[in-house]
Amino acid sequence: MPRPPTQLPQFSSVSDVAKRLSAAGYLPDKQIATTVFLADRLGKPLLVEGPAGTGKTELAKALAAATDAELIRLQCYEGLDEARALYEWNYKKQLLRIQASQASGDGADWETVHDDIFGEEFLLSRPLLTAIRRTEPTVLLIDETDKADVEVEGLLLEVLSDFQVTIPELGTIVATRRPMVVLTSNATRELSEALKRRCLFLGLEYPSAEREREIVLSRVPDLAPGLAEQLVRVIRTLRALELKKSPSISETLDWAQTLLELGLDTLDESTIGDTLGVVLKHASDQERAAAELRLN
Amino acid sequence: MVAAAAPGGLAGHLDGFVRAVREAGIPVGISQAVDAAEILTVVELLDREQLRHGLAAVLLQRGNQRQIYDTLFDLWWPLGDRPQFVEVTDEDDDGDGEAMTLEAPEGDLDPAARMREELARLLAEGDEEELARFARRAVGLLGQTSPSPSGQSWFSYRVMRALSPDTLTSQLLEGLLNGEAHGGLAEQVARGEVRERLRSFKDAVDTEVRRRQADERGRERIAKSAVKPLADQIDFLRAQQGDLAELRRMVAPLARRLAVRLSARRRHGREGRLDFRKTVRASLATGGVPVVTHHRPRKIHKPELVVLCDISGSVAGFSHFTLMLTQALREHFSGVRAFAFVDSTDEVTRFFSPGADVADAIRRIGREADVVAYEGHSDYGNALEVFADRWPTVVGPKTSLMVLGDGRTNYRPPGLPVLADLVRRSRSAHWLNPEPRRVWGSGDSAALKYAEVVDMVECRNAAQLADFVTTL
Repeated sequence: MPRPPTQLPQFSSVSDVAKRLSAAGYLPDKQIATTVFLADRLGKPLLVEGPAGTGKTELAKALAAATDAELIRLQCYEGLDEARALYEWNYKKQLLRIQASQASGDGADWETVHDDIFGEEFLLSRPLLTAIRRTEPTVLLIDETDKADVEVEGLLLEVLSDFQVTIPELGTIVATRRPMVVLTSNATRELSEALKRRCLFLGLEYPSAEREREIVLSRVPDLAPGLAEQLVRVIRTLRALELKKSPSISETLDWAQTLLELGLDTLDESTIGDTLGVVLKHASDQERAAAELRLN
Repeated sequence: MVAAAAPGGLAGHLDGFVRAVREAGIPVGISQAVDAAEILTVVELLDREQLRHGLAAVLLQRGNQRQIYDTLFDLWWPLGDRPQFVEVTDEDDDGDGEAMTLEAPEGDLDPAARMREELARLLAEGDEEELARFARRAVGLLGQTSPSPSGQSWFSYRVMRALSPDTLTSQLLEGLLNGEAHGGLAEQVARGEVRERLRSFKDAVDTEVRRRQADERGRERIAKSAVKPLADQIDFLRAQQGDLAELRRMVAPLARRLAVRLSARRRHGREGRLDFRKTVRASLATGGVPVVTHHRPRKIHKPELVVLCDISGSVAGFSHFTLMLTQALREHFSGVRAFAFVDSTDEVTRFFSPGADVADAIRRIGREADVVAYEGHSDYGNALEVFADRWPTVVGPKTSLMVLGDGRTNYRPPGLPVLADLVRRSRSAHWLNPEPRRVWGSGDSAALKYAEVVDMVECRNAAQLADFVTTL
């Protein structure tokens, strides 16, 4: 059985991961740094799960930036199939080729045409195949894996365990350089045990107050530190409420940006009341927050 | 380091840990256990947090398992066995506190008062690590008593009683508000923070007490009692107030999953009959060869769901949960109608307008809905008859009927023919019963009789409900 290609790990230690991800604009906590380090060291795909807006996709992007790799993204959706994920023959072009050979009447027999139309030229490479064939460093992001159908998981299993693809007409294509794989999931559906078993699991939650403040300050550097502190405290209070959709990191950042744009320098009742729509997107959530925080 | 002392060395210790994780209800396969061993060779073993997160990455598969895992991890890979020693090197500002830790005078009031002051200071500062370190010292100093009959001599309640951190709330609030006015936003935010810090202190005390108990009585025994069941394993009928909040958090994803499932079915085989005209028209672009075929869209089947829910006191926890599910489903589908009954039936769909607060809706149902005709004990026979009488057209050939209840009729007529008729008229019908299968038919339960006319499913916890959802 062909072994998946091995290669040198990208990171030397957990603190190295933390340092380089921070440099790429992503502040990891200890859990994230450790898990990324292990994924790199053990050569396993990383399955990142968590509520929307906690930085799952960002992590993959930062990882690509930190390792000087290109990010190849496969966005999953319902109805995604092999032809969209792996490869497809460009049959329109094939058809034209056949018609052209008929029209010119150069007498090309079926054998040559047949060999001709199943060549590289007519192969449409989709994200999975692209990632496997690349010789430069690659981060393969398979986004929202839970949205795809169960059949796609089977396909992923094959690709992710051996890093090879068999195309009947061309033969087996084995990765020359194994891409780093990040799968994300919102947990709308349980992924299959087999897929989870092959991955390292990273459950992302809302960050600690301290880390969130650092994230806000690094992403919105013009914000006054005092205001960032206040902002994070209010966000944490909102998360403690039972809301339909708790505000996530991306919403915290939006809010910080909003305050900055509006030129506000303190966060009081009226400011929050005016800008609550940036963080809470349900009318019932807004009402509830207003009542609980005594905004009126 | 600690692990090396265990029989079987590091590998044996890891094996014991993996076993404990498995016993706590987290499925860990053999390959994951092997991966865990590989983790040990890669992480810095002396860095406890690296080890914690590293093992979590291979052993866990879902976010909600994390809490149990952390509890077990703290038991199996405890901080150094001599906390006092660590503190002497770590802290230099309160030397007299250390001296007392080493002597451990019991029941002395003076150190308790002094520690209370220190606790107030630490809580005001809010440094988690300092607080955890303090919690460990507090347990060492105040948590021990003479062994109980079961051989247990460490208790967190002793620490909490001696320090009574809850009474510090107002003092902390003043500190956090920092002179700002009470009653407004600032107070709400500060209150949340105080609550959070007090809880983290209590957690730290509990962790330390468990560690000491484990030293005393063996960690396997402590692990069994320390681990709470996963939220989706909580029995509906035994759910406590605190569990309900946990369950509420599970409903939304479950409903979304159900909705995805139902709409996936709707879209399944989305290509309908061939649209010949459109296909030929499109083929002109490719020289008359029909490269792309076009199809007419399928007729969309709109699922209609009728929920008939027992809301009598005996199944309160269950009906609470199912009504929340109903509400969540209403946000995805318009064709959901909900009916509630005790000994009479009333439609409760109106309480579940999208965006309404569920807890509020449930309170209003109890107050306003006409579900009690006589004395407020379940009467399935009458309830079913009223339902079939007053809403004869609700259940039709397109309807999925779902009955939720324990089928305990108080020895009254069960109304089997009415139910059988409803089942016959519906497209599909299911009965979810929150009681364990083995007690069906015992006492006044008519569950077995109902099971003859309708597909009855045992649904004791959220996990079973999720299973049911996937078989729909």
